[in-house]
Amino acid sequence: MKCGRCSKPAVLHITELRQGEVQAIHLCEGCAKDYLSHSQASKGDGNPLLENETEEASLEELDQKTCPNCGIAFKEFRSQGRLGCPHDYVVFEEEILPLLENIHGDTTHLGKVPVRSPQASQLQFQLIKLRNELRLCIEEERYEDAARVRDSIREMEEMEHQTAPPTQADDTP
Amino acid sequence: MDLESLTRTSGEWLKATGPDSDIVMSSRIRLARNLAQFPFPSRADDSVRAEVDELLKTQLAKHPAGRKLNYIVVSGLELLDRQMLVERQLISREHSESHGQRGVGISDEENVSIMVNEEDHLRIQVLRSGFALDDCWQEINAIDDAIEADRTYAFSDRLGYLTACPTNCGTGIRVSVLMHLPGLVHTKEITKVFQALQKINLAVRGLYGEGSQAMGDFYQISNQVTLGKSEEQLIRTIKDVVPNIVSYERRVRQELVSKNRRGLHDQVSRAYGILKTARTISSEETMDLLSSVRLGINLGLIDDMEIPLINELFVHTQPAHLQKIRHEKLETVDRNVARADYIRQRLNERR
Ligand SMILES: [Zn+2]
Ligand SMILES: [Zn+2]
Repeated sequence: MKCGRCSKPAVLHITELRQGEVQAIHLCEGCAKDYLSHSQASKGDGNPLLENETEEASLEELDQKTCPNCGIAFKEFRSQGRLGCPHDYVVFEEEILPLLENIHGDTTHLGKVPVRSPQASQLQFQLIKLRNELRLCIEEERYEDAARVRDSIREMEEMEHQTAPPTQADDTP
Repeated sequence: MDLESLTRTSGEWLKATGPDSDIVMSSRIRLARNLAQFPFPSRADDSVRAEVDELLKTQLAKHPAGRKLNYIVVSGLELLDRQMLVERQLISREHSESHGQRGVGISDEENVSIMVNEEDHLRIQVLRSGFALDDCWQEINAIDDAIEADRTYAFSDRLGYLTACPTNCGTGIRVSVLMHLPGLVHTKEITKVFQALQKINLAVRGLYGEGSQAMGDFYQISNQVTLGKSEEQLIRTIKDVVPNIVSYERRVRQELVSKNRRGLHDQVSRAYGILKTARTISSEETMDLLSSVRLGINLGLIDDMEIPLINELFVHTQPAHLQKIRHEKLETVDRNVARADYIRQRLNERR
């Protein structure tokens, strides 16, 4: 992703809360330094992301909000500018819609629609969730659990294959 | 696909065969797509990345829409090889510098490249010589359909194709044209073009280098919005504006010729002369001089050189290509010598 102020690669991704509106800012190293020193100087509280204390409280709460499937917290999205999985668009809908409105001036898709699956299904979200569990099992060296989770993933993948014939319109439960 | 032999060839899109290719170097469309049942690449651990890579590699081996693709495991390449693919516009800088299992499927003519595990699971790109966005769209749409017939994409009725970064959500499309605009740069009227494009929400950036002064006078114009408009609408916005820029550039060129033909002829001939004789040359100066020579050929002021070779030199004189050609790692000073050698050889072999 490119810096929003020049064309260098962006290294800092900030989601700013302004008058209740969420705004994504992507900056390169140079512009980021500039941005940070500028906003620190103007606000004096050392935190460029916050407008006032009320928003600080709600932002902290918001930061804790986590996707049950991929495990990403809103805070991580805010700092990296990348979402963790397709389901995040549902989990963080309230925050992402104003962001999309800001970027695109619109929040409704008008283009191409896949023939096969108009909706990311619950089954697929479930798969992402299991993969996240698998990752945690392995990290925590719980290998028996990991094997069990892996089996469930295989089973679900089989199901996914069977429930999505090319002509089907919608496989969402 | 043999990476070593790439230094002796160039992509089809550099051959200047397309419409208006004297000014529109290339047209490009890319689509961002994700598989519904996996986390996005940045959230995927090594085993998930490997699984996605394996899955999509197999998918691409089925020749989507009849396209034979050579799959290159980018994560298994040396830095120099990855940089060479970046210089050829086959992968992004981010894809080169990323980590974890990832790859790219490339067609023989280098018109199609499909990155796997970039920011999104799939970044499909189709490139064409000249002003040929409809061709790009037809082809990329067919490839996308073919992959989608087998795999379930992350998609929502309301928000369209779901991407790792909300800036690409919706159509996931980036439509761009690469334009050579030495006339507008020379007369400084390029700023007017910039302002007009910004007003209609199109982004302009230099192809090489940073900031407003693009190296080689190449500018890439692309859409920023991806949600709320159809692919056709987004393509049309660019299709409508490009002919105006093309005729603006043509008009400025003709004015330059009619006002000061001798001066211009002198300038492009000197540029040509330096390229044919220099013993050491920087990348910046090379771009600058190649741009003059390209203009000179298109205006008929230079008649013993062809555009495709000049186009190729823009790519082959970049750092990774030079080092691959020489089969050795070279520091800047030595690269400048190697670059001058290479250009002399290529330009003089044509005589
Ligand atoms: Zn910047
Ligand atoms: Zn998620």
